[in-house]
Amino acid sequence: MRTRYSALALVRHALSGKRWPRAWRAAIPRPEYDVVIVGGGGHGLATAYYLAAHHGITRVAVLERAYLGSGNVGRNTTLVRSNYLLPGNTEFFEHSLQLWEGLSHELNFNVMLSQRGQVWLAHGPSQFDVLARRGNIMRLNGIDAELLELDALRRLLPYLDYGSDSRFPVYGALMQPRAGTVRHDAVAWGYARAADACGVDIIENCEVTGFERSGDAITGVRTSRGTIGAGRTLLAVAGHSSQVAALAGLRLPVESHLLQAFVTEPIKPFVDHVISFGAELFYISQSDKGGLVFGGHIDGFNSYTQRGQFAKVQNVTECAVALIPSISRLRLLRHWAGIQDMTPDGSPFMGRTPLANLFLDGGWCYQGFKATPAAGWCMAHTLAHGTEHPLIRHLSLDRFRLGNGHDEYGHGNWTYKQ
Amino acid sequence: MLRIPCPHCGERDYTEFRYGGDARKRRPAHGSEAAGSWHDYVFVFDNPKGAHREYWQHVQGCRQWLLVERNTASNEIARARLARTGEAP
Repeated sequence: MRTRYSALALVRHALSGKRWPRAWRAAIPRPEYDVVIVGGGGHGLATAYYLAAHHGITRVAVLERAYLGSGNVGRNTTLVRSNYLLPGNTEFFEHSLQLWEGLSHELNFNVMLSQRGQVWLAHGPSQFDVLARRGNIMRLNGIDAELLELDALRRLLPYLDYGSDSRFPVYGALMQPRAGTVRHDAVAWGYARAADACGVDIIENCEVTGFERSGDAITGVRTSRGTIGAGRTLLAVAGHSSQVAALAGLRLPVESHLLQAFVTEPIKPFVDHVISFGAELFYISQSDKGGLVFGGHIDGFNSYTQRGQFAKVQNVTECAVALIPSISRLRLLRHWAGIQDMTPDGSPFMGRTPLANLFLDGGWCYQGFKATPAAGWCMAHTLAHGTEHPLIRHLSLDRFRLGNGHDEYGHGNWTYKQ
Repeated sequence: MLRIPCPHCGERDYTEFRYGGDARKRRPAHGSEAAGSWHDYVFVFDNPKGAHREYWQHVQGCRQWLLVERNTASNEIARARLARTGEAP
């Protein structure tokens, strides 16, 4: 019987001096499953958990090429928010935030949700108006949003550069108080442990090398640990969506790009919120260990190297110092890159593919982490019923063919400029 | 830093260039009404992990469009030619 985690269990275990047992089994692949999920990241594990816990489908395998959480679920900047503009996105990401709010209890695993509030800065009256419109749309959908004028903002974030000679003077902000951060590794571990407890097989070090087909239907996956039969198969492999889909003969509207993230040496509590710069794509928060965590744009050309370009390091740190001059002498402790699957309109693909029994959850651009619970929730429904959950109908793979591109930020058709 | 060997200007940082994307895509014939081939041309990518032929424009140098062969798994550049002629100048 698995230990139920609680404060009491923690104290009792600490005093016992024993090692903690494994949180999930090292499962041996069975010959066949009802659902095979390719990709042991946040989305794949969340889908497996909701399938088993909410839809009663427990003959499920999650196949991970390396170790659990080795991909983007452990490489993001841990932000969660639901301040989206377009119909479809607004509801989807709010559903996700509501699932985040109950997740620690649902999984019996502390994912350390910290609803410290996200402050999105405007640097001029027109940008302030655009954020006001976004806030109004959020409030019409029952989502919390507050417009902050300069005086209120100065009281909230006194350390920003408000100087009249700053390159992008701060004008105001839109705040979502319920937004915040989550301990990202705990999301992978929590979903894995809870899914495993429902009977899901989590199989690490198992790379998918091909698919078994019968006509236009996918009937199983070939892996480095043998062939596994599958009633339904889900691809949830983030930056390698194109690679795995190509094994099934599919070409996707996806290009793989690098996004870098950074953490400074730890300092005392200073940045109490998540702050998004409005003059460039830049976002910053402070981790529980004290490091300032921040990120910016993608590098600008497709690559799978997981090594970022120095020019972007320079650009992102310039943003940091422009916004908060007092951090200019902090040293960067680490920076790293994740492979993002960028799409022409900046929105993901969720649902069926042209091949029967093959489903896709990919193309997440910048927003994969915050979507984790809702993506799992909606893909579990989709896999259980064979048709898309109502919250993801606008994210179909054929939307460009139908003229239904879903461009939240109005960037247009550019994978490498999104 | 990615360095691109420009046939006119020599090896330069990639920040001097503008990226132009996959060069192997073929634009459908002018006047073509086949929606499927336009869809694939505009929206779909091979996105290979390995050899990739792509366009870069040397906007802060000779302003020429280049055809660059780069490995997307290592960022190694095999060669760069002028896109206009397909040859070194």
